Amino acid sequence: MHDALLPLSVFFASIFTSNILLTNYLGTCSFLSVSKEMKTSLGLGVAVIFVMATTTPLNWLVYEYLLLPFGLEYLRFIVFIIVIAAFVQLTEMTIERYSEPLYQSLGIFLPLITVNCAILGVCLFMVIREYSFFTSFVFGLGSGIGWFVAIIAMAGIRVKLKNAKVVPALEGPGITLIIAGFMAMAFMGFSGMIAVS
Amino acid sequence: MVITLLISIAVISLISVFLALLMVIADATIGNYGIVKISINDGTKELEVKGGQPLLKALNQEGVFIPSACGGRGSCGLCKVRVVQGGGEYLPTELPFINEEEKKQQVRLSCQFKVKADVAIVIPEELFSVREFITRVERIRDLTHDIKEVTLRLKNGETITPLAGQYIQFKVPEYENTDESVYRAYSVASPPDDNTRVELEIRLVPNGICTTYVHQFLKEGDEVTINGPYGEFYLRESERNLIFIAGGSGMAPIKAILMDMAQKGINRKAMYFFGARSKRDLFLLDEMRALEQRLPNFTFVPALSEPVAEDNWEGETGLITDVVRRMVKDGPNSEAYLCGSPGMINACMTVLNELNVAPENIYYDKFS
Repeated sequence: MHDALLPLSVFFASIFTSNILLTNYLGTCSFLSVSKEMKTSLGLGVAVIFVMATTTPLNWLVYEYLLLPFGLEYLRFIVFIIVIAAFVQLTEMTIERYSEPLYQSLGIFLPLITVNCAILGVCLFMVIREYSFFTSFVFGLGSGIGWFVAIIAMAGIRVKLKNAKVVPALEGPGITLIIAGFMAMAFMGFSGMIAVS
Repeated sequence: MVITLLISIAVISLISVFLALLMVIADATIGNYGIVKISINDGTKELEVKGGQPLLKALNQEGVFIPSACGGRGSCGLCKVRVVQGGGEYLPTELPFINEEEKKQQVRLSCQFKVKADVAIVIPEELFSVREFITRVERIRDLTHDIKEVTLRLKNGETITPLAGQYIQFKVPEYENTDESVYRAYSVASPPDDNTRVELEIRLVPNGICTTYVHQFLKEGDEVTINGPYGEFYLRESERNLIFIAGGSGMAPIKAILMDMAQKGINRKAMYFFGARSKRDLFLLDEMRALEQRLPNFTFVPALSEPVAEDNWEGETGLITDVVRRMVKDGPNSEAYLCGSPGMINACMTVLNELNVAPENIYYDKFS
Protein backbone atom coordinates (compact mmCIF):
# COMPACT_ATOMS: atom_id res chain seq x y z
CA MET A 1 0.00 0.00 0.00
CA HIS A 2 2.68 2.43 1.05
CA ASP A 3 4.89 1.53 -1.89
CA ALA A 4 2.09 1.90 -4.40
CA LEU A 5 1.39 5.40 -3.17
CA LEU A 6 5.05 6.45 -2.97
CA PRO A 7 5.26 8.01 -6.48
CA LEU A 8 2.18 10.08 -5.75
CA SER A 9 3.50 11.42 -2.46
CA VAL A 10 6.93 12.04 -4.00
CA PHE A 11 5.22 14.00 -6.76
CA PHE A 12 3.36 16.29 -4.39
CA ALA A 13 6.23 16.52 -1.94
CA SER A 14 8.61 17.67 -4.67
CA ILE A 15 6.20 20.41 -5.68
CA PHE A 16 5.19 21.67 -2.25
CA THR A 17 6.79 20.34 0.92
CA SER A 18 10.30 19.83 -0.36
CA ASN A 19 10.37 22.25 -3.24
CA ILE A 20 13.85 22.04 -4.75
CA LEU A 21 14.17 25.82 -4.93
CA LEU A 22 12.53 26.94 -1.71
CA THR A 23 13.68 24.23 0.67
CA ASN A 24 17.03 23.25 -0.87
CA TYR A 25 17.76 26.63 -2.46
CA LEU A 26 19.06 25.02 -5.62
CA GLY A 27 18.84 26.75 -8.99
CA THR A 28 18.79 30.16 -7.35
CA CYS A 29 21.00 31.97 -9.87
CA SER A 30 18.69 31.70 -12.86
CA PHE A 31 15.74 32.11 -10.48
CA LEU A 32 17.07 35.52 -9.41
CA SER A 33 18.15 36.76 -12.81
CA VAL A 34 15.21 35.66 -14.95
CA SER A 35 12.26 36.26 -12.63
CA LYS A 36 12.07 39.94 -13.61
CA GLU A 37 9.45 39.29 -16.28
CA MET A 38 6.51 36.92 -16.40
CA LYS A 39 6.99 35.87 -20.02
CA THR A 40 10.62 34.84 -19.71
CA SER A 41 9.85 33.14 -16.37
CA LEU A 42 7.19 31.03 -18.05
CA GLY A 43 9.61 30.03 -20.82
CA LEU A 44 12.41 29.15 -18.43
CA GLY A 45 10.03 27.37 -16.05
CA VAL A 46 8.69 25.12 -18.80
CA ALA A 47 12.23 24.43 -20.01
CA VAL A 48 13.22 23.36 -16.48
CA ILE A 49 10.20 21.04 -16.20
CA PHE A 50 11.12 19.44 -19.52
CA VAL A 51 14.81 19.00 -18.77
CA MET A 52 14.25 17.67 -15.23
CA ALA A 53 11.53 15.24 -16.29
CA THR A 54 13.76 13.82 -19.05
CA THR A 55 17.27 13.89 -17.62
CA THR A 56 16.34 12.37 -14.25
CA PRO A 57 15.09 9.03 -15.67
CA LEU A 58 17.89 9.15 -18.25
CA ASN A 59 20.48 9.45 -15.51
CA TRP A 60 18.67 6.74 -13.54
CA LEU A 61 19.27 4.36 -16.44
CA VAL A 62 22.91 5.37 -16.73
CA TYR A 63 23.41 4.97 -12.99
CA GLU A 64 21.57 1.66 -12.68
CA TYR A 65 22.99 -0.09 -15.76
CA LEU A 66 26.41 1.49 -16.22
CA LEU A 67 27.71 2.82 -12.93
CA LEU A 68 26.27 0.39 -10.35
CA PRO A 69 27.26 -2.88 -12.07
CA PHE A 70 30.88 -1.73 -12.24
CA GLY A 71 30.91 -0.19 -8.77
CA LEU A 72 31.54 3.28 -10.15
CA GLU A 73 29.00 5.19 -8.06
CA TYR A 74 31.62 7.78 -7.18
CA LEU A 75 31.74 8.86 -10.83
CA ARG A 76 28.12 9.92 -10.75
CA PHE A 77 28.75 13.65 -10.44
CA ILE A 78 30.84 13.91 -13.58
CA VAL A 79 28.75 11.43 -15.56
CA PHE A 80 25.46 13.10 -14.66
CA ILE A 81 26.80 16.49 -15.70
CA ILE A 82 28.02 15.19 -19.05
CA VAL A 83 24.73 13.43 -19.74
CA ILE A 84 22.69 16.52 -18.86
CA ALA A 85 24.88 18.84 -20.96
CA ALA A 86 24.84 16.58 -24.01
CA PHE A 87 21.12 15.95 -23.76
CA VAL A 88 20.27 19.65 -23.43
CA GLN A 89 22.53 20.56 -26.33
CA LEU A 90 21.02 17.90 -28.59
CA THR A 91 17.49 18.97 -27.68
CA GLU A 92 18.32 22.59 -28.41
CA MET A 93 19.79 21.74 -31.82
CA THR A 94 16.79 19.61 -32.71
CA ILE A 95 14.27 22.23 -31.66
CA GLU A 96 16.16 24.98 -33.46
CA ARG A 97 16.13 22.97 -36.65
CA TYR A 98 12.61 21.65 -36.68
CA SER A 99 10.34 23.96 -34.76
CA GLU A 100 10.77 27.71 -35.00
CA PRO A 101 7.90 28.57 -32.59
CA LEU A 102 9.11 26.09 -29.99
CA TYR A 103 12.64 27.44 -30.27
CA GLN A 104 11.34 30.98 -29.75
CA SER A 105 9.47 30.10 -26.59
CA LEU A 106 11.56 27.32 -25.06
CA GLY A 107 14.76 26.50 -26.96
CA ILE A 108 16.41 29.83 -26.34
CA PHE A 109 16.36 29.12 -22.59
CA LEU A 110 17.89 25.65 -22.78
CA PRO A 111 21.56 26.73 -22.75
CA LEU A 112 20.79 28.77 -19.61
CA ILE A 113 19.84 25.70 -17.62
CA THR A 114 22.50 23.26 -18.76
CA VAL A 115 24.47 24.21 -15.71
CA ASN A 116 21.50 24.77 -13.40
CA CYS A 117 22.41 23.12 -10.12
CA ALA A 118 18.78 22.17 -9.38
CA ILE A 119 18.88 19.73 -12.28
CA LEU A 120 22.02 18.00 -11.07
CA GLY A 121 20.60 18.18 -7.54
CA VAL A 122 17.48 16.24 -8.49
CA CYS A 123 19.61 13.53 -10.12
CA LEU A 124 21.75 13.22 -7.00
CA PHE A 125 18.76 13.14 -4.60
CA MET A 126 17.25 10.39 -6.73
CA VAL A 127 20.36 8.28 -6.06
CA ILE A 128 20.54 9.04 -2.34
CA ARG A 129 16.83 8.29 -1.82
CA GLU A 130 17.04 5.08 -3.87
CA TYR A 131 14.01 5.80 -6.03
CA SER A 132 12.79 3.38 -8.69
CA PHE A 133 12.78 4.34 -12.37
CA PHE A 134 9.17 5.46 -12.33
CA THR A 135 9.49 7.31 -9.02
CA SER A 136 12.58 9.09 -10.38
CA PHE A 137 10.63 10.26 -13.40
CA VAL A 138 7.81 11.50 -11.15
CA PHE A 139 10.35 13.13 -8.83
CA GLY A 140 12.00 14.93 -11.77
CA LEU A 141 8.67 16.06 -13.15
CA GLY A 142 7.44 17.21 -9.74
CA SER A 143 10.65 19.08 -8.94
CA GLY A 144 10.43 20.81 -12.32
CA ILE A 145 6.85 21.84 -11.60
CA GLY A 146 7.90 22.99 -8.14
CA TRP A 147 10.64 25.17 -9.63
CA PHE A 148 8.13 26.47 -12.19
CA VAL A 149 5.62 27.35 -9.45
CA ALA A 150 8.30 29.18 -7.45
CA ILE A 151 9.62 31.27 -10.35
CA ILE A 152 6.12 32.15 -11.57
CA ALA A 153 5.12 33.26 -8.07
CA MET A 154 8.30 35.32 -7.81
CA ALA A 155 7.78 36.89 -11.26
CA GLY A 156 4.23 37.84 -10.23
CA ILE A 157 5.55 39.54 -7.12
CA ARG A 158 8.39 41.27 -8.95
CA VAL A 159 6.04 42.68 -11.59
CA LYS A 160 4.13 44.38 -8.77
CA LEU A 161 7.39 45.34 -7.10
CA LYS A 162 8.32 47.59 -10.04
CA ASN A 163 5.86 50.17 -8.70
CA ALA A 164 6.96 49.79 -5.09
CA LYS A 165 9.47 51.96 -3.30
CA VAL A 166 12.38 49.74 -2.34
CA VAL A 167 15.30 50.92 -0.23
CA PRO A 168 18.03 51.63 -2.81
CA ALA A 169 20.52 49.30 -1.14
CA LEU A 170 18.10 46.39 -1.47
CA GLU A 171 17.02 46.92 -5.07
CA GLY A 172 17.32 43.92 -7.42
CA PRO A 173 18.77 40.72 -5.98
CA GLY A 174 18.61 41.96 -2.37
CA ILE A 175 14.86 42.36 -2.11
CA THR A 176 14.34 39.29 -4.30
CA LEU A 177 16.30 37.11 -1.88
CA ILE A 178 14.29 38.46 1.06
CA ILE A 179 11.04 37.72 -0.77
CA ALA A 180 12.32 34.25 -1.64
CA GLY A 181 12.93 33.77 2.08
CA PHE A 182 9.34 34.71 2.90
CA MET A 183 8.10 32.40 0.16
CA ALA A 184 10.17 29.58 1.61
CA MET A 185 8.63 30.22 5.03
CA ALA A 186 5.15 30.20 3.48
CA PHE A 187 5.89 26.88 1.81
CA MET A 188 6.94 25.52 5.22
CA GLY A 189 3.21 25.60 5.98
CA PHE A 190 2.83 22.59 3.70
CA SER A 191 5.48 20.61 5.52
CA GLY A 192 3.16 18.63 7.82
CA MET A 193 1.09 17.35 4.91
CA ILE A 194 3.40 14.83 3.27
CA ALA A 195 6.58 13.45 4.70
CA VAL A 196 9.07 11.93 2.30
CA SER A 197 12.59 11.13 3.21
CA MET B 1 42.97 -2.85 -8.25
CA VAL B 2 44.36 -2.24 -11.71
CA ILE B 3 41.32 -3.91 -13.21
CA THR B 4 38.84 -1.64 -11.37
CA LEU B 5 40.90 1.33 -12.48
CA LEU B 6 40.82 0.18 -16.08
CA ILE B 7 37.12 -0.56 -15.91
CA SER B 8 36.30 2.88 -14.54
CA ILE B 9 38.39 4.53 -17.25
CA ALA B 10 36.75 2.34 -19.88
CA VAL B 11 33.23 3.11 -18.68
CA ILE B 12 33.70 6.85 -18.51
CA SER B 13 35.46 6.87 -21.88
CA LEU B 14 32.64 4.80 -23.33
CA ILE B 15 30.04 7.30 -22.14
CA SER B 16 32.07 10.29 -23.34
CA VAL B 17 32.86 8.75 -26.73
CA PHE B 18 29.24 7.77 -27.24
CA LEU B 19 27.99 11.26 -26.39
CA ALA B 20 30.73 12.97 -28.41
CA LEU B 21 29.89 10.77 -31.39
CA LEU B 22 26.24 11.68 -30.98
CA MET B 23 27.13 15.38 -30.96
CA VAL B 24 29.34 15.10 -34.04
CA ILE B 25 26.63 13.27 -35.94
CA ALA B 26 24.03 15.83 -34.80
CA ASP B 27 26.26 18.71 -35.85
CA ALA B 28 26.75 17.22 -39.31
CA THR B 29 23.06 16.48 -39.80
CA ILE B 30 20.71 18.54 -37.65
CA GLY B 31 23.14 21.43 -37.27
CA ASN B 32 24.13 21.52 -40.93
CA TYR B 33 22.27 24.22 -42.82
CA GLY B 34 24.47 24.06 -45.93
CA ILE B 35 25.58 27.15 -47.80
CA VAL B 36 23.14 30.06 -47.72
CA LYS B 37 22.99 33.29 -49.72
CA ILE B 38 22.91 36.78 -48.20
CA SER B 39 21.75 39.46 -50.59
CA ILE B 40 22.70 42.98 -49.46
CA ASN B 41 20.87 46.18 -50.51
CA ASP B 42 18.76 44.74 -53.35
CA GLY B 43 21.53 42.57 -54.70
CA THR B 44 24.30 45.21 -54.72
CA LYS B 45 26.40 42.54 -53.09
CA GLU B 46 25.78 38.79 -52.86
CA LEU B 47 27.51 36.64 -50.28
CA GLU B 48 27.57 32.89 -49.83
CA VAL B 49 28.19 31.79 -46.26
CA LYS B 50 27.96 28.71 -44.07
CA GLY B 51 24.44 28.48 -42.66
CA GLY B 52 23.53 28.33 -38.98
CA GLN B 53 25.84 31.07 -37.73
CA PRO B 54 24.84 34.52 -36.45
CA LEU B 55 24.40 37.12 -39.20
CA LEU B 56 26.93 39.45 -37.55
CA LYS B 57 29.65 36.79 -37.66
CA ALA B 58 28.79 35.71 -41.19
CA LEU B 59 29.02 39.29 -42.49
CA ASN B 60 32.19 39.94 -40.54
CA GLN B 61 33.95 37.00 -42.13
CA GLU B 62 33.07 38.33 -45.57
CA GLY B 63 34.53 41.75 -44.75
CA VAL B 64 31.26 43.60 -44.10
CA PHE B 65 31.58 45.15 -40.66
CA ILE B 66 28.49 45.93 -38.61
CA PRO B 67 29.22 48.03 -35.51
CA SER B 68 28.97 46.10 -32.27
CA ALA B 69 30.38 47.16 -28.93
CA CYS B 70 29.76 44.03 -26.89
CA GLY B 71 31.26 41.59 -29.37
CA GLY B 72 28.06 39.69 -30.20
CA ARG B 73 26.71 38.87 -26.76
CA GLY B 74 23.41 40.66 -27.29
CA SER B 75 24.00 43.28 -24.63
CA CYS B 76 24.81 46.52 -26.47
CA GLY B 77 22.07 46.56 -29.12
CA LEU B 78 24.25 48.31 -31.71
CA CYS B 79 24.43 45.66 -34.43
CA LYS B 80 20.98 46.33 -35.87
CA VAL B 81 20.37 45.34 -39.48
CA ARG B 82 17.18 45.26 -41.55
CA VAL B 83 16.36 41.72 -42.64
CA VAL B 84 13.74 42.27 -45.32
CA GLN B 85 13.43 38.68 -46.49
CA GLY B 86 13.77 35.37 -44.67
CA GLY B 87 13.80 36.94 -41.21
CA GLY B 88 11.16 34.94 -39.37
CA GLU B 89 10.04 35.69 -35.83
CA TYR B 90 11.91 37.79 -33.29
CA LEU B 91 13.88 35.98 -30.59
CA PRO B 92 13.26 36.87 -26.95
CA THR B 93 16.91 37.95 -26.74
CA GLU B 94 16.34 40.61 -29.41
CA LEU B 95 13.14 42.14 -28.12
CA PRO B 96 14.61 44.34 -25.34
CA PHE B 97 16.48 46.31 -28.04
CA ILE B 98 13.78 46.61 -30.71
CA ASN B 99 10.99 49.19 -30.56
CA GLU B 100 7.65 49.18 -32.44
CA GLU B 101 8.92 51.39 -35.25
CA GLU B 102 11.91 49.09 -35.82
CA LYS B 103 9.66 46.04 -35.82
CA LYS B 104 7.76 47.49 -38.79
CA GLN B 105 11.10 48.00 -40.53
CA GLN B 106 12.09 44.38 -39.78
CA VAL B 107 15.16 45.54 -37.89
CA ARG B 108 16.99 42.61 -36.27
CA LEU B 109 19.88 42.26 -33.86
CA SER B 110 22.44 40.69 -36.17
CA CYS B 111 24.41 38.99 -33.40
CA GLN B 112 21.32 37.01 -32.30
CA PHE B 113 19.67 36.36 -35.67
CA LYS B 114 21.04 33.19 -37.23
CA VAL B 115 21.20 32.74 -40.98
CA LYS B 116 19.55 29.40 -41.64
CA ALA B 117 18.16 30.07 -45.12
CA ASP B 118 18.68 32.63 -47.89
CA VAL B 119 18.09 36.15 -46.63
CA ALA B 120 17.94 39.68 -48.04
CA ILE B 121 19.24 42.47 -45.84
CA VAL B 122 19.55 46.25 -46.01
CA ILE B 123 22.48 48.05 -44.40
CA PRO B 124 23.48 51.73 -44.58
CA GLU B 125 25.66 52.47 -47.63
CA GLU B 126 28.41 53.95 -45.49
CA LEU B 127 29.01 50.57 -43.84
CA PHE B 128 30.54 49.50 -47.14
CA SER B 129 33.20 52.13 -46.51
CA VAL B 130 33.84 50.51 -43.16
CA ARG B 131 36.94 48.44 -43.61
CA GLU B 132 39.52 46.54 -41.68
CA PHE B 133 42.90 48.18 -41.24
CA ILE B 134 46.22 46.81 -40.06
CA THR B 135 48.08 49.32 -37.91
CA ARG B 136 51.28 49.63 -35.93
CA VAL B 137 51.42 51.09 -32.43
CA GLU B 138 53.43 54.26 -32.85
CA ARG B 139 53.27 55.56 -29.29
CA ILE B 140 51.74 54.73 -25.92
CA ARG B 141 51.78 57.37 -23.20
CA ASP B 142 50.11 57.83 -19.82
CA LEU B 143 47.53 60.62 -19.71
CA THR B 144 46.55 59.93 -16.09
CA HIS B 145 47.09 57.13 -13.59
CA ASP B 146 44.45 55.03 -15.40
CA ILE B 147 44.12 56.44 -18.93
CA LYS B 148 46.59 55.69 -21.72
CA GLU B 149 46.82 57.41 -25.06
CA VAL B 150 47.54 54.94 -27.86
CA THR B 151 48.60 56.24 -31.27
CA LEU B 152 48.15 53.83 -34.18
CA ARG B 153 49.70 54.36 -37.63
CA LEU B 154 47.99 52.69 -40.62
CA LYS B 155 50.17 50.29 -42.58
CA ASN B 156 50.35 49.52 -46.29
CA GLY B 157 49.70 53.14 -47.35
CA GLU B 158 46.02 52.89 -46.44
CA THR B 159 43.93 55.85 -45.25
CA ILE B 160 40.94 56.17 -42.93
CA THR B 161 38.59 59.17 -42.96
CA PRO B 162 36.38 59.24 -39.86
CA LEU B 163 34.28 62.30 -39.07
CA ALA B 164 35.56 63.94 -35.88
CA GLY B 165 33.71 62.19 -33.02
CA GLN B 166 33.22 58.80 -34.66
CA TYR B 167 34.66 55.56 -33.30
CA ILE B 168 36.54 52.48 -34.46
CA GLN B 169 36.61 48.90 -33.22
CA PHE B 170 39.81 47.51 -31.75
CA LYS B 171 40.48 43.81 -32.25
CA VAL B 172 41.88 42.17 -29.14
CA PRO B 173 43.75 38.98 -30.06
CA GLU B 174 43.62 35.82 -27.98
CA TYR B 175 45.63 36.30 -24.79
CA GLU B 176 45.44 35.01 -21.24
CA ASN B 177 42.13 36.76 -20.42
CA THR B 178 40.24 35.68 -23.56
CA ASP B 179 40.41 32.50 -25.61
CA GLU B 180 38.97 34.12 -28.72
CA SER B 181 39.58 37.46 -30.35
CA VAL B 182 37.02 40.12 -29.47
CA TYR B 183 36.20 43.63 -30.68
CA ARG B 184 35.77 46.70 -28.49
CA ALA B 185 34.69 50.17 -29.57
CA TYR B 186 36.82 53.28 -28.89
CA SER B 187 36.33 56.87 -30.00
CA VAL B 188 38.99 58.39 -32.22
CA ALA B 189 40.71 61.24 -30.37
CA SER B 190 42.76 62.57 -33.27
CA PRO B 191 41.28 65.03 -35.80
CA PRO B 192 40.62 63.66 -39.29
CA ASP B 193 43.26 65.77 -41.08
CA ASP B 194 45.96 63.12 -40.68
CA ASN B 195 44.29 60.18 -42.37
CA THR B 196 46.92 57.57 -41.58
CA ARG B 197 46.85 58.11 -37.80
CA VAL B 198 44.31 56.99 -35.20
CA GLU B 199 44.68 58.11 -31.61
CA LEU B 200 42.70 56.40 -28.83
CA GLU B 201 42.28 57.16 -25.13
CA ILE B 202 41.78 53.98 -23.17
CA ARG B 203 40.91 53.91 -19.50
CA LEU B 204 41.78 50.83 -17.45
CA VAL B 205 38.61 49.02 -16.37
CA PRO B 206 39.26 46.34 -13.71
CA ASN B 207 39.10 42.95 -15.47
CA GLY B 208 38.22 44.61 -18.80
CA ILE B 209 39.34 42.32 -21.61
CA CYS B 210 40.52 45.03 -23.98
CA THR B 211 41.60 47.64 -21.45
CA THR B 212 43.73 45.12 -19.56
CA TYR B 213 45.28 44.05 -22.85
CA VAL B 214 46.13 47.61 -23.81
CA HIS B 215 47.41 48.59 -20.36
CA GLN B 216 49.45 45.51 -19.57
CA PHE B 217 50.37 43.75 -22.80
CA LEU B 218 50.39 46.17 -25.73
CA LYS B 219 53.83 47.59 -26.63
CA GLU B 220 55.01 50.21 -29.09
CA GLY B 221 55.70 48.57 -32.45
CA ASP B 222 52.99 45.92 -32.00
CA GLU B 223 50.51 45.26 -34.76
CA VAL B 224 46.84 46.09 -34.09
CA THR B 225 43.82 45.36 -36.28
CA ILE B 226 41.00 47.89 -36.27
CA ASN B 227 37.84 48.42 -38.30
CA GLY B 228 35.68 51.46 -38.77
CA PRO B 229 34.73 54.24 -38.78
CA TYR B 230 31.29 54.12 -37.18
CA GLY B 231 28.89 56.32 -35.27
CA GLU B 232 26.42 59.18 -35.23
CA PHE B 233 28.42 61.30 -32.79
CA TYR B 234 29.81 64.18 -34.86
CA LEU B 235 29.34 67.96 -35.02
CA ARG B 236 26.10 69.08 -36.70
CA GLU B 237 26.08 72.24 -38.83
CA SER B 238 24.11 75.05 -37.21
CA GLU B 239 24.55 78.48 -35.61
CA ARG B 240 23.62 77.33 -32.10
CA ASN B 241 25.91 77.63 -29.09
CA LEU B 242 27.82 74.46 -28.28
CA ILE B 243 27.87 72.68 -24.93
CA PHE B 244 30.32 69.80 -24.62
CA ILE B 245 30.25 67.64 -21.49
CA ALA B 246 32.63 64.74 -20.85
CA GLY B 247 34.24 62.71 -18.12
CA GLY B 248 37.28 60.39 -18.14
CA SER B 249 38.06 58.91 -21.56
CA GLY B 250 34.94 60.70 -22.87
CA MET B 251 37.55 63.38 -23.63
CA ALA B 252 38.52 61.55 -26.84
CA PRO B 253 35.73 62.36 -29.33
CA ILE B 254 35.27 65.90 -27.96
CA LYS B 255 38.98 66.60 -28.41
CA ALA B 256 38.74 65.38 -32.02
CA ILE B 257 35.72 67.63 -32.67
CA LEU B 258 37.40 70.70 -31.10
CA MET B 259 40.65 70.22 -33.02
CA ASP B 260 38.66 69.76 -36.21
CA MET B 261 36.80 73.03 -35.46
CA ALA B 262 40.11 74.82 -34.93
CA GLN B 263 41.47 73.57 -38.26
CA LYS B 264 38.33 74.49 -40.15
CA GLY B 265 37.96 77.85 -38.35
CA ILE B 266 34.48 77.07 -37.01
CA ASN B 267 34.24 79.74 -34.37
CA ARG B 268 30.86 79.04 -32.75
CA LYS B 269 30.39 79.96 -29.09
CA ALA B 270 31.40 76.83 -27.22
CA MET B 271 31.86 75.64 -23.64
CA TYR B 272 33.48 72.35 -22.71
CA PHE B 273 32.72 71.00 -19.24
CA PHE B 274 35.10 68.25 -18.19
CA GLY B 275 34.31 66.44 -14.94
CA ALA B 276 36.95 64.68 -12.86
CA ARG B 277 37.31 63.56 -9.28
CA SER B 278 40.60 65.24 -8.36
CA LYS B 279 43.57 66.79 -10.14
CA ARG B 280 45.19 63.45 -10.91
CA ASP B 281 42.19 62.63 -13.16
CA LEU B 282 42.68 65.73 -15.32
CA PHE B 283 44.67 65.55 -18.55
CA LEU B 284 45.42 67.39 -21.81
CA LEU B 285 45.04 70.71 -20.00
CA ASP B 286 47.74 72.39 -22.13
CA GLU B 287 46.11 71.19 -25.34
CA MET B 288 42.77 72.59 -24.18
CA ARG B 289 44.31 75.96 -23.27
CA ALA B 290 45.97 76.04 -26.71
CA LEU B 291 42.58 75.41 -28.30
CA GLU B 292 41.16 78.35 -26.34
CA GLN B 293 43.82 80.51 -28.04
CA ARG B 294 42.92 79.22 -31.50
CA LEU B 295 39.15 79.44 -30.94
CA PRO B 296 38.37 82.84 -29.33
CA ASN B 297 34.77 81.88 -28.50
CA PHE B 298 35.73 78.62 -26.80
CA THR B 299 36.01 78.14 -23.02
CA PHE B 300 37.31 75.01 -21.32
CA VAL B 301 35.81 74.41 -17.86
CA PRO B 302 37.43 71.56 -15.93
CA ALA B 303 35.58 70.80 -12.69
CA LEU B 304 36.70 68.68 -9.75
CA SER B 305 34.12 66.90 -7.63
CA GLU B 306 36.48 65.87 -4.83
CA PRO B 307 39.64 68.01 -4.98
CA VAL B 308 42.22 66.99 -2.38
CA ALA B 309 44.17 69.57 -0.35
CA GLU B 310 47.44 69.24 -2.26
CA ASP B 311 45.65 69.95 -5.58
CA ASN B 312 45.55 73.71 -4.70
CA TRP B 313 42.58 73.81 -7.02
CA GLU B 314 41.21 77.22 -7.88
CA GLY B 315 38.85 76.23 -10.70
CA GLU B 316 35.26 75.02 -10.54
CA THR B 317 34.33 72.43 -7.95
CA GLY B 318 31.28 70.24 -7.49
CA LEU B 319 29.48 67.69 -9.62
CA ILE B 320 29.65 68.42 -13.33
CA THR B 321 25.85 68.70 -13.43
CA ASP B 322 25.90 71.53 -10.88
CA VAL B 323 28.63 73.36 -12.78
CA VAL B 324 26.64 73.07 -16.03
CA ARG B 325 23.50 74.32 -14.27
CA ARG B 326 25.44 77.33 -12.89
CA MET B 327 27.22 78.33 -16.08
CA VAL B 328 25.00 77.58 -19.08
CA LYS B 329 22.92 80.63 -19.90
CA ASP B 330 21.19 80.37 -23.26
CA GLY B 331 19.71 76.83 -23.12
CA PRO B 332 17.07 77.05 -25.88
CA ASN B 333 19.69 78.32 -28.34
CA SER B 334 22.21 75.59 -27.52
CA GLU B 335 23.25 72.23 -28.84
CA ALA B 336 24.85 69.67 -26.51
CA TYR B 337 27.34 66.85 -27.06
CA LEU B 338 27.81 64.44 -24.16
CA CYS B 339 30.32 61.68 -23.77
CA GLY B 340 31.01 59.48 -20.76
CA SER B 341 29.47 56.89 -18.48
CA PRO B 342 25.72 56.18 -18.73
CA GLY B 343 25.24 57.56 -15.20
CA MET B 344 26.89 60.86 -16.05
CA ILE B 345 24.98 61.18 -19.32
CA ASN B 346 21.60 60.49 -17.72
CA ALA B 347 22.26 63.05 -14.99
CA CYS B 348 23.34 65.64 -17.57
CA MET B 349 20.26 65.00 -19.72
CA THR B 350 18.08 65.92 -16.74
CA VAL B 351 19.98 69.17 -16.18
CA LEU B 352 19.93 70.09 -19.89
CA ASN B 353 16.16 69.53 -19.86
CA GLU B 354 15.85 71.95 -16.94
CA LEU B 355 17.92 74.47 -18.93
CA ASN B 356 15.47 74.07 -21.86
CA VAL B 357 17.95 72.58 -24.32
CA ALA B 358 15.73 70.88 -26.92
CA PRO B 359 16.03 67.06 -26.71
CA GLU B 360 16.63 66.81 -30.48
CA ASN B 361 19.69 69.04 -30.05
CA ILE B 362 21.34 66.71 -27.54
CA TYR B 363 23.76 64.15 -28.95
CA TYR B 364 25.52 61.62 -26.80
CA ASP B 365 27.91 58.67 -26.82
CA LYS B 366 27.47 56.36 -23.83
CA PHE B 367 30.57 54.45 -22.76
CA SER B 368 29.44 51.31 -20.99
